[in-house]
Amino acid sequence: MSLQIQNLTKVYGQQKAVDSISFSVEEGEIVGFLGPNGAGKSTTMKITTGYLPPSSGKVSVGGFDVQEQPLRVKKIIGYLPEHNPLYLDMYVHEYLRFVGGLFGLGGGALKSRVEEIIALCGLTREQNKKLESLSKGYRQRAGLAQALLHDPEVLILDEPTSGLDPNQIIEVRKVIKEVSRNKTVLFSSHIMQEVQALCDRVIVINKGKIVADDQLSNLLQNRGGITLVVEFKEEVNIEELNAISGVADVTAMTSFKCKVHSHPGMDVRGELFKYASAQNRSLIELKVEEHSMESIFKELTSEDNEQ
Amino acid sequence: MIQIFIKEFNGFLNSLIAYIVIGVFLTGIGMLMWVFPETSVLDYGYADMDTLFSLGPYVFIFLIPAITMRSFAEEKKMGTMELLLTKPLSEWDIIIGKFLAGFVLVIVAVAPTLIYYYSVYLLGEPAGNIDTPGVIGSYIGLILLGGVFCSIGIFASSFTPNQIVSFVAAAFLCLIFYSGFDLFSSLVAEGSWALQIKQLGILDHYDSMSRGLIDSRDLLYFFSVTGVMLLLTKTVLNSRQW
Repeated sequence: MSLQIQNLTKVYGQQKAVDSISFSVEEGEIVGFLGPNGAGKSTTMKITTGYLPPSSGKVSVGGFDVQEQPLRVKKIIGYLPEHNPLYLDMYVHEYLRFVGGLFGLGGGALKSRVEEIIALCGLTREQNKKLESLSKGYRQRAGLAQALLHDPEVLILDEPTSGLDPNQIIEVRKVIKEVSRNKTVLFSSHIMQEVQALCDRVIVINKGKIVADDQLSNLLQNRGGITLVVEFKEEVNIEELNAISGVADVTAMTSFKCKVHSHPGMDVRGELFKYASAQNRSLIELKVEEHSMESIFKELTSEDNEQ
Repeated sequence: MIQIFIKEFNGFLNSLIAYIVIGVFLTGIGMLMWVFPETSVLDYGYADMDTLFSLGPYVFIFLIPAITMRSFAEEKKMGTMELLLTKPLSEWDIIIGKFLAGFVLVIVAVAPTLIYYYSVYLLGEPAGNIDTPGVIGSYIGLILLGGVFCSIGIFASSFTPNQIVSFVAAAFLCLIFYSGFDLFSSLVAEGSWALQIKQLGILDHYDSMSRGLIDSRDLLYFFSVTGVMLLLTKTVLNSRQW
């Protein structure tokens, strides 16, 4: 089941939230949808799930047009909206049974499916609690369980890990990774490590326009560089550092410390170490300050990139 | 639709709304009918149920908006509207499901008053001297009126995420529809539009049903007001697309 978006535009009043974007997600692909806040990620997802109509353009999911056959599309989509709305006065299993009923599940099939999904999402111990008494991480799992219940072919997750603590993020990521085999997944995030941990392909959107759509490895190769913080026991010789192959730029921080930016796709840490030992210098700190994905994101979505 | 109905009705049962509505309605009507001398059947001396049917609508004006005020208002506030609208449900499934849940609760609240009918039936002199067709007509009228109020309440809750706004708007609209048109018609010059304005209100049709006369025009009136209110609700829900 694939997802196709063609020339999608959404205008709110005077403002173009999404400006003529096109992309497609093939069956079995996990795509990360990245962008700063207000870039149009959620709007695109709301249109794809049939909650909002597009101002112009076409969205089709699994071959069905969202505008023309909304019910067919909604049946094959599992959607976790931003902020994860839940019926807080329901019990976990009651809520999941309700959602299952909406997809036409019933009787024994529904019961066993709810049990299965509760186990998968790690909610077994919480299943007899009300949703309002769950912690944020468990609520997020309940939201995820709800999206996965009918075994959807297409999964759309709007910031599934926002607001969670680091342990919870890892757990939620694990669930996503586990269920996303054989599914088409589009998920949005503004956490770069998450994208690196989960997807094969990244679409970066800024101010309603797609600024990058590529395989993660290609992006890293072509654009990403690492920023390292390097500290020597002796005074730094910037010119010598600049001469090391792979180093793009060096800025001094103190006379002992400097920032080394590498060329895209290059890891200069080994070279730096060799340089230090060859020159008989003591390298006392070597720290990755910025991951390559983050610098790509900054580069793509920063203000001055617009011109 | 049936899933929405079950969810809403369970919501009433789980949140005490159902028990409070039924309790308040029966206590209020019971006191008025049997205890307070002004309106009590026992003091009145005639074996009829006018108290229930003339004061019931006023109790409904407060109770039904209380039942329906959260239906869409809360979904909007919690963001669960997005959840429902991205599931394979049509807007009608959601609206009708919510409407029916409120309507069934009203019927459940009214049902125990059938005991009053039996009591008054026995109290008649001779026993059984009561205008049964009139009572049947009145019951049908009261139930249909409950349906109209439910649809008004659902509509009022669809355009705001605030339950208090929804409650006040619904109670006010119910009052306008129940007796407002009737009162307004008395302001208009005799003859001109007075009758037409009066017929826009519920009271005119309700009174004619209380006499035991089930006229298709009255039925049509109740069904169309309910239908129009639900249609307006659908329009409001669709307004997210404008």
